[in-house]
Amino acid sequence: MTEYKGVMIYSEVTEGKLAAISTELKGCGRKLADDLGQELSAVLVGSGISGLAQEVIAFGADKVYIVDDPLLKDYQTDSYVQVMEKVIKQVMPQIFLLGQTSIGRDLAPRLAFRLNTAASMDCLELAIDPDSKLMLRTKPVYGGNAQAVFTCESYPQIATVRVKVMSPLERDTSRQGEVITIEAGLDPSMIKTKVLEKVKAEVEGIKLEDAEVIVSGGRGLGSAEGFKELEELAKVLKGAVGSSRPPCDNGWVPEALHIGLTGKVVAPDLYIAVAISGASQHLAGCSGSKNIIAINKDPEANIFKEARFGVVGDYRKVIPAFTDKVKELLAG
Amino acid sequence: MNMIVCVKQVIDPEAPPASFKIDPSSNKVVPPPGVSPVISPFDENAAEAALKIKDTQGGKITVISLGTNLLRDVVKKPLSMGADELILLEDEAFTNGDSWSTAYALAMAIKKIGDYDIIFCGRQAADWDAGQVGLGIAEILGLPSVTAAKKIDITDSKARVEMVTTDGYEVIEVPLPALITVSSELGEPRYPTIKGIMAAKRKEPIIWKPADIGVDPSQVGASGRRIKILKLFQPIREGKCEIIEGESVEEAAANLASKMRKAKLL
Repeated sequence: MTEYKGVMIYSEVTEGKLAAISTELKGCGRKLADDLGQELSAVLVGSGISGLAQEVIAFGADKVYIVDDPLLKDYQTDSYVQVMEKVIKQVMPQIFLLGQTSIGRDLAPRLAFRLNTAASMDCLELAIDPDSKLMLRTKPVYGGNAQAVFTCESYPQIATVRVKVMSPLERDTSRQGEVITIEAGLDPSMIKTKVLEKVKAEVEGIKLEDAEVIVSGGRGLGSAEGFKELEELAKVLKGAVGSSRPPCDNGWVPEALHIGLTGKVVAPDLYIAVAISGASQHLAGCSGSKNIIAINKDPEANIFKEARFGVVGDYRKVIPAFTDKVKELLAG
Repeated sequence: MNMIVCVKQVIDPEAPPASFKIDPSSNKVVPPPGVSPVISPFDENAAEAALKIKDTQGGKITVISLGTNLLRDVVKKPLSMGADELILLEDEAFTNGDSWSTAYALAMAIKKIGDYDIIFCGRQAADWDAGQVGLGIAEILGLPSVTAAKKIDITDSKARVEMVTTDGYEVIEVPLPALITVSSELGEPRYPTIKGIMAAKRKEPIIWKPADIGVDPSQVGASGRRIKILKLFQPIREGKCEIIEGESVEEAAANLASKMRKAKLL
């Protein structure tokens, strides 16, 4: 298997721009490539995306492979797996990394099965084993209650990486790199699905992923009404409102607010968890926050183990008093 | 409409985090005492997706599960919800697999069933959280797939699937037969009815061994693994939370704000 060489990352594009995860992957891919003494390449797949090549190099890739074809305008499993199979068979990277995004979680497993190798999903840490030179893949399992370290001896070694976990490299426009075009060579008859419509959830105010402050509510709020108090606090803190899964399942708030293992992953400066017990599945989406504040009436709630400060009490009493004091402090 | 639903028996993910224990010598999770295993929640969503289609246009639902020590009360739940048949790949050879060997065994079983329009799986299982088996089955069987569905409508041998994305959803049209993985946004799975529970009790599952699906025991379960597990551990939570007190809860809340101001969090 010596012919496989180098680390390749999937440089995801959203709305014509490099997705944040693309730069994060270059940060961790660069380290793996350096540890192996090999090069870091990136692949850009889409329609009209060639212009992003220099940006990919500025974030740390030595080489950029571009597959630009009108048939690749929308992500579709059939076409993207087909294209990536071709790219990987041509480039033969030892390691191929993607983000744990809507695209990554769909593309990585199918591609791995097609290439007769095995992927590890949603990794938090990747490293090279000094002896075997295999990639060590650390990923949360059992909803985050545990973590496991895996290896796979078949190449390419494929993993997806959780968003907002890896640090990107500094953007450096003086970096030099090579740009290589690969023809998509798609057979349209192989694309069996059709994207009929893309619907974006309308959320007022600051986007959760971009917010520096998030006030998040859980099952303990008891109803949609409970979130009104949180909205007021979020407004005062110029933050966004989030939720654990139960309020979304119960229809108290839209699904777009769901933070957790199968929802959004956020890492704000300040995360105020209100009436959230702190199940591992929720922590998977917020444990990267710099400061977690817990407000819960159950002193044994798991969330207190993650928090820097906490108040034990009913949110109905805590939140209004807290909001008033915050207003006073911010005004003064 | 012939539908197949793949379900997995797992340790109850709702069990209190404090009850979660690992046996480091075997790299395995110790099932918490007194907590019954369950069908992985997204797999129940998958069963619900099939039942919704059966409600409106009829059809047959075959449920498949794989493993050993499959508790009949647990794996029969989809039957009591309204599914028609249960096939168990129940043999020591099928156990301790990874996504690869599990998808392979399920795909071979599905091939044996032969007649199907849609295969449903949960988007990921509550134990290993990989989310690969469904897509692996699709790849092995050469079927189109859609992941993380929240709504499925069938017309003229096509499925119109609403697929959950990070910031909303996409509507995907896929010709049948296809494999669809289902997310919790589909809605709560229905409760079994008394009638359903009684009917499920009387129904005996069909048991298949590796030879029944034409696979060699070395290709499935632990022997068929491609991913090696080096270590399983519980991350250490620092647990340095400072609980802010006060004469009353309201005062504690105000003290919290002051404390956060001092710590430059406000």
